[in-house]
Amino acid sequence: MKRRDFIFKGLGAGVLAGSGISLHGFSRIMGNPIAPADGEYDLVAIKGSDPVAMFDKGIESMGGMQAFVKPGQTVVIKPNIGWDAIPERAANTNPELIGRMISSCYEAGAKSVSVFDNTCDEWKNCYSKSGIEQEVKKAGGNIIPGNSESYYREVKIPDGKNLTVTKVHELILDSDVFINVPILKSHSSAKLTIAMKNLMGVVWDRRWWHKNDLHQCIADYATFRKPDLNVIDAYRVMKRNGPRGVSTEDVVRLDAMIISRDIVAADAAATKMFGLEPEDIPHISIADDMGIGNMNLSELNINRIKM
Amino acid sequence: MMNFRVLKKARVVVSLIFFLLITYIFIDFTNALSVALIQAILYLEFVPSLLNFISLAGIATTGFIIIIILTLLFGRIYCSTFCPLGTLQDIFIWLKRRFTRKKQFRKSRTFNQLSYAILILSTLLMVFGWIFPLLLLDPLSNFGRIIVNLVRPVYLLLNNLGAFFLESIDIYTLYRVEPGMTSWFSILFSMAFLIMLIWLSLRYARLFCNTLCPVGALLGILSKFSIFKIYLNQDICTSCGKCSAVCKAGCIDKDKKTVDFSRCIGCLNCLTTCPDNGIMFGRPQKNPDIMLKPFDSNRRNFLAGGFLSLASLASISLLAEPQGRRRGRDRSLLPVIKKYPVSPPGSISLEHFNASCTACHLCVSACPTHVIKPSLLQYGLSGLMQPRMNYHASFCNFDCVICSEICPTGALQPLIIEEKHVLQLGKVKFIKQNCIVFTEGTDCGACSEHCPTKAVKMRPFRKTLLLPVVDPDICVGCGACEYACPTHPKSIYVEGNPVHLTADKPKIEKLEQPDIDDDFPF
Repeated sequence: MKRRDFIFKGLGAGVLAGSGISLHGFSRIMGNPIAPADGEYDLVAIKGSDPVAMFDKGIESMGGMQAFVKPGQTVVIKPNIGWDAIPERAANTNPELIGRMISSCYEAGAKSVSVFDNTCDEWKNCYSKSGIEQEVKKAGGNIIPGNSESYYREVKIPDGKNLTVTKVHELILDSDVFINVPILKSHSSAKLTIAMKNLMGVVWDRRWWHKNDLHQCIADYATFRKPDLNVIDAYRVMKRNGPRGVSTEDVVRLDAMIISRDIVAADAAATKMFGLEPEDIPHISIADDMGIGNMNLSELNINRIKM
Repeated sequence: MMNFRVLKKARVVVSLIFFLLITYIFIDFTNALSVALIQAILYLEFVPSLLNFISLAGIATTGFIIIIILTLLFGRIYCSTFCPLGTLQDIFIWLKRRFTRKKQFRKSRTFNQLSYAILILSTLLMVFGWIFPLLLLDPLSNFGRIIVNLVRPVYLLLNNLGAFFLESIDIYTLYRVEPGMTSWFSILFSMAFLIMLIWLSLRYARLFCNTLCPVGALLGILSKFSIFKIYLNQDICTSCGKCSAVCKAGCIDKDKKTVDFSRCIGCLNCLTTCPDNGIMFGRPQKNPDIMLKPFDSNRRNFLAGGFLSLASLASISLLAEPQGRRRGRDRSLLPVIKKYPVSPPGSISLEHFNASCTACHLCVSACPTHVIKPSLLQYGLSGLMQPRMNYHASFCNFDCVICSEICPTGALQPLIIEEKHVLQLGKVKFIKQNCIVFTEGTDCGACSEHCPTKAVKMRPFRKTLLLPVVDPDICVGCGACEYACPTHPKSIYVEGNPVHLTADKPKIEKLEQPDIDDDFPF
């Protein structure tokens, strides 16, 4: 830290301490006169490179993987592997990104890193055609099936309005660290599928959600176990015909990524990148109302990185 | 003597190899074997090969011709080597001899009339497109059904237990599978058939093969003309009865010193028992006593069998074909009434499929999404147990053609992925009155999510909601919408195409690539 910065920051801090406003609040009011140090951002948005490079840059700005994964911890990474489709179709999370994230968890000292999804198409085809199975194995992670009800345990969701009981994959319940890695896509029923919607792939019975107000159930589940970290892949983006897509013609390049602890904020930022407003996506508004996170991006410390 | 021993051992080894390979084909859930290997292993299976030949007339389906030639040379060696149901009976027989003191079998009376009646009946009906008797009695199909319905569940249970224990020590090479039930009727049928087979084989050895098996009946007739036969040397034979005691077909008459070679299933057991080398395998000497007598009575039996089969034809034709209907659980919703069932991909039409599938259940076992299930009465009585697409159990994977490739009878013709992508098994139908969006006023859209061609799209409804609209022209009838639909009865379903059609390709419009250099929108 340069001397001038130190004096400026110290001065500011002193003034703020005196007036009883936190540095955090000050920056909100003043429109970010002081950039927070790495690890203090609410959200990092990266643009203009490949998923691996964007992730490396972004996670560094969030304080590095060691801010999320402590030595000896078990980690579960939940990508979207829902479909029997190649990476170019952008129906599944970018495989290289998953590979890089696993290595970075191990670099932070993780004991084990496991990856799974309760897929929509036949699970073995999804795992292999998405390229994720190969990347997980290359990076030394465990690729775990999610195809059998016996992997799921019933849990109560005390803060849920409609969804109060559901069966959740044991990896989510037993792992120390939970990292959610969705891909940003159009979605025929939820309008968009991003971070909160991706959690539909950790439960067994999705039909029940569809039957009992889908948007409310998506928000309800987000009260249960919030991911410790959300990394949204917006490198290739399916603009229409989601979530499955019909062909590569449904896909555009945004070359972007969103990283945040706040699942609602992450969804809100990705929604804007897609070209929609968070208020238009019912489950995001509901989650904001329920206090699960903050969809009002103007209230957050955001690091915008262009590469 | 020595040669016969080697010959018999070779027969046992070959039969066990075929038995194990075929069992593995039907039991496997990992699609581990290549299509070419599966085809090679099943190449010699008589009924599938014959049916495949009828529908394809291709060189790759000529296994049954080889069997006919082998039979004309050496008799029914098929029944003791390549037929897995024959080997299954041999295993029961071996176990009985191994673990009980009874070494001999009851001498059953011969049922040649019944045997010929079954042969004539199943052939005639097959020609007229009614495969039902063959479906009930074909040895390979019955073997397949026994394995898929009764043995495979045990195998899967063991696999799941193994996977569970390995996973607890962080090894994920095995994985758990839950294919769901095949169908209760098919399970009960296989159970009944297996019990009958065990009872028959323990009491009368290979009586099934000489009474109910249509392949046995046909090869039996052919083996009358075999060049090489098993026969007793009238001069050497002392009528000691050692050979007839081990005969599983009861075809040796020790007193008359004759062998009814048409009923001999070619196990070669008798050849190794004679202390005086009185039993031979070769070209029998012209002896009118041995050659003509059984032949005459057989001709009479054949005619009688013909009458028997005509009589039963008349009675069968009286059976009508009822339609399967499902009743909805929620009385306030509209029931789903399918006019036609959905037949598996590659089946061309209900007419072709129902006329050539013997319900061996290989596709039921191999289907990775477990959507192919034996039918009950959806195809009518004659299609009992023939597989159909059960979209309540699962859906058909868009990028998969496994069932069409491995079908041994040609009931499913091989497809390539590009053909499959526009193959229309049926058409989507939407019942708005049952749909969650209409009845509850909440978003759902599960049907549209899973549709591979977007034949189900969502359109604005009541201001904020989205309601499905369907475009049957681009629907492939995979059933993903029907499977995903959360209502009972379903709000969206696939009405089967009695003749499979070609769907239109979904229209693809160009998307505009946004400017990546734009600033962040927040």
